Amino acid sequence: MAKIVTDVVCPFCGTLCDDLEVKVTDDNKKILEVCNACVIGTEKFLHSQAEDRLKVPQMQDEEGNWKEVSIKDAVEYTAQTLCNAKKPLMYGWSSTNCEAQSVGHEIAELVGAVVDNTATVCHGTTLIAVQDVGVPSCTLGEVKNRADRIVFWGCNPAHAHPRHMSRYSIFPRGFFTGKGHKARKMVVVDPRSTDTAKMADVHLQLEQGRDYELLSALRVALRGAPLPETVAGIPRETIQDVAATLKSGRFVIIFFGMGVTQSLSKNHNIDMAISLTRDLNEYTKAAIMPMRGHYNVTGSGQVLGWQFGFPYCVDLSRGFARYNPGDSTSNDLLRRGEVDAVFVLGSDPGAHFPISSVKKIAHLPSVCVDPHHTPTSAVCKLHMPVAFVGVEEAGCAYRMDNVPIETRKVVEPPEGMVSDEEFLKMVLKRVREIKGVA
Amino acid sequence: MAEYLIKNGFVFDPILGINGDKTDVAIKDGKIVESTALSNPKVIDAAGKTVMAAGVDIHAHVAGPKVNVGRNFRPEDKLFTYEAGNGVKRMAGGFSVPTVFRTGYLYAKMGYGTVMEAAMPPLYARHTHEEMRDTPILDQGAYPVFGNNWFVLEYLKNHELENVEAYISWLLRTTRGYAIKIVNPGGTEAWGWGLNCNSIHDPVPYFDITPAQIMKGLMEANEALRLPHSVHIHTNNLGNPGNYETTLETFKLFEGAKANNDFGRKQVMHHTHVQFHSYGGDSWGNVESKADAIMDYVNSHDNMTIDLGCVTLDETTTMTADGPFEHHLTELNHLKWANTDVELETAAGVVPYIYGKNIKVCGIQWAIGLELALMAKDPMRVFITTDHPNAGPFFRYPRVMKWLMSKKAREAEMDSLKWAEKVRDATFLSGIDRELTLYEIAAMSRAGTAQALGLSSMYGSLKPGLQADVAVYDYNPETAEDPELIEKAFGNAAYLFKGGEVVVKDGDVVSNGNKKTLWVDVKVNDNPQVRRDVTEKFLRYYTVTEANYEVNEKVFMKNPYRIEVDATQ
Ligand code: SF4
Ligand SMILES: [Zn+2]
Repeated sequence: MAKIVTDVVCPFCGTLCDDLEVKVTDDNKKILEVCNACVIGTEKFLHSQAEDRLKVPQMQDEEGNWKEVSIKDAVEYTAQTLCNAKKPLMYGWSSTNCEAQSVGHEIAELVGAVVDNTATVCHGTTLIAVQDVGVPSCTLGEVKNRADRIVFWGCNPAHAHPRHMSRYSIFPRGFFTGKGHKARKMVVVDPRSTDTAKMADVHLQLEQGRDYELLSALRVALRGAPLPETVAGIPRETIQDVAATLKSGRFVIIFFGMGVTQSLSKNHNIDMAISLTRDLNEYTKAAIMPMRGHYNVTGSGQVLGWQFGFPYCVDLSRGFARYNPGDSTSNDLLRRGEVDAVFVLGSDPGAHFPISSVKKIAHLPSVCVDPHHTPTSAVCKLHMPVAFVGVEEAGCAYRMDNVPIETRKVVEPPEGMVSDEEFLKMVLKRVREIKGVA
Repeated sequence: MAEYLIKNGFVFDPILGINGDKTDVAIKDGKIVESTALSNPKVIDAAGKTVMAAGVDIHAHVAGPKVNVGRNFRPEDKLFTYEAGNGVKRMAGGFSVPTVFRTGYLYAKMGYGTVMEAAMPPLYARHTHEEMRDTPILDQGAYPVFGNNWFVLEYLKNHELENVEAYISWLLRTTRGYAIKIVNPGGTEAWGWGLNCNSIHDPVPYFDITPAQIMKGLMEANEALRLPHSVHIHTNNLGNPGNYETTLETFKLFEGAKANNDFGRKQVMHHTHVQFHSYGGDSWGNVESKADAIMDYVNSHDNMTIDLGCVTLDETTTMTADGPFEHHLTELNHLKWANTDVELETAAGVVPYIYGKNIKVCGIQWAIGLELALMAKDPMRVFITTDHPNAGPFFRYPRVMKWLMSKKAREAEMDSLKWAEKVRDATFLSGIDRELTLYEIAAMSRAGTAQALGLSSMYGSLKPGLQADVAVYDYNPETAEDPELIEKAFGNAAYLFKGGEVVVKDGDVVSNGNKKTLWVDVKVNDNPQVRRDVTEKFLRYYTVTEANYEVNEKVFMKNPYRIEVDATQ
């Protein structure tokens, strides 16, 4: 027999779909089928079911030989590593729940660590831009119910956020948008001809790395001021047409992604995109939203915010919180050799960081907490396998529009396996003992 | 639990009518008791000190999405404020938007025990609760915003009051909310299209209802539901010269209405941060105080309460569900602007603001906040706030108290303003000799607020049976001359007892207490139509499912404290 769990939240991307239905066995042990999720979301659920899944912590010796250790040993190694380090890096936090993040922060505070999340390699530049110029934004339901001008800038939701367009941005019929996509104009700005770009009413295929110029040109065009014949490879008339299209909308939304946050000019691109949104509010209603990647990178920024006052790269090593991107950011710390231990949870820097940084991790006392074998776990001294948050453990996650949703526990983890939060709580307890605090 | 006897202090308690008499206060099992009930108490010598119930803040923005936007988009707000963790304390920092830890510690140091979060967007209720959960010491509750909610607009447009009531009951329970908050009624929905409602009679686009109808309708629902608190209003047209007329029009909507509840609440309407709503003139060039007209009205209508929203002349961060106002503000001061519109419910904006002593208007705003209190006839209905952080940070309350208690102190502040003479011309402050007493301060900061919240059976007094939330301040009203002593003493409580436990000693936090999170569970008759409407709106217009909307109190709340109301009759 089987039963259906409804309203399941997908713990994969920042779209954070919460309408999944998952068929599980009666004993809550096995997932049989996942409905409503996209391919990558489904994959995430089914992956947890793999027979060859790692269940026991592993330690790697000098020669690279792995041996199984107990959870108690894993806790001990982690606590000792963090306590013995002068300035450990505690990185990741984007694919776990807010409860685990909170416990991690307490540990970080006690051991004087740097806490950084994956924004450091994706939307950190956005966070900096927001600190410069603010951000007029909205929830995704506002887009669904009101927006008639949709811009995707440097992002490809068709692949990276597969259900975004059907749930929120292009296709749904909302309260004031009863005609669905027929009444929406879709503009895509991307140097590549992506699957998203192919769907657009207008595809601005700009020259690589010229986002800043094109955004500026749109601001100029909004004001009706003169433009050169082409900007970023786009003809003046096209730019003016797009400006007119946006201006004539009732509600404009600009979604943007890594194509613009991590290309030349970085946070300055986002400054300009936000300023364009501000300008548009002189004529109509306009909002802008980053397409956050990991399902709870947004939550990491939130929890860090209310506990320490900064959204990422928070250095606690001096006994008070410091925030200085370029200095307290993970790759800068690793490259300069300023951290002497690395703890990773809820991310895979082995796959996403430059090789120079990964090599540094490989030479340091290091812990990787992850349900999977990953490029990161391969270079860390300890690999602690845990339950899948959002599948085998519930907890809070924040969608890309900062809306918090409580993810659900769908099945039991394999016997004896602990969650991120449980593991961190054991480490915290041990750290307290070592530090002699109550 | 330990027993305590606080001896020989000067006690101020407007509920018990104790005005500075030397009276003993006894604590046992977390409650105030008669001193005869103690067997072996620890004795606290409060000789030469002031003793009051712990403070109760009726309106501050301390937790939730817009507060956290303020933190995260203002790294500069942390400069020079950080303190390392120590003992029971976590590291904590931030000036106008402190971290949750600093919020808890600073309130406790002021002898405050209860703080209400003034605006909770329902869709973000979890976030608000997570921050309150992590805020140490304080008992808290949050007011969900209703004034631009589509259900409310539609039901009120169709005169379906029972449906409004059933929906309120459902939303308070689902979000674990405390009271009905109304912010720029209709105007924030209009902001969804970049528009606003500037008067209480401007129709809301599409919904075809006026702000006046929204406010009145929600008040009627509130009284039918017999909730502990009244509707809590921030009316239209905030912050504009000449807006006092809108404010008076709003007040008049409630004329003759009577409170209906079992919680000892007397008002049918609380209007918040009235300083921002008391401006005369028709431009920033000739703006002037209308505190006199406003307070004439307040003084003669005892079915309403207000709080001040005192400007403290600091650099701060403004944040409000009044989305169009924040847009207006960023166009005035050209500082960074954050905004979030929330589907079917509300919006919020955040803009930093510097209340400079060199700016005439800021001086006028500062004076108006104080005038409202100094013109008050009934301190049980006029409460000290700074609309934290909008007019200034909450930890300036001791400074506000100093200004209210000392003409000398406020004249010194007035003289330090660049345009002191122009400010004097546009305000009444320098002509007011009144100095508030500690008895009046106690009314304005705890007894009155507890009563207006419907919480007088828990807080605001030292009456036996109440929760043992007691503040002791190192302030001797018989000998103190220097007004600076007021600010110092009220910012560094000698003791704060919270639920009978010492959490502050000599101005230092020594325990994280055992906070409670208050919410109101009002039972109404089953209403199938509202159930259907809720389901339908979630299916069609929300982007989360109905099943994923309710706040799970096990995860998101610390010590949930449910206040039950039966409105099924
Ligand atoms: S779009 Fe993202 S959140 Fe939605 S099902 Fe796919 S992977 Fe999961
Ligand atoms: Zn307020």
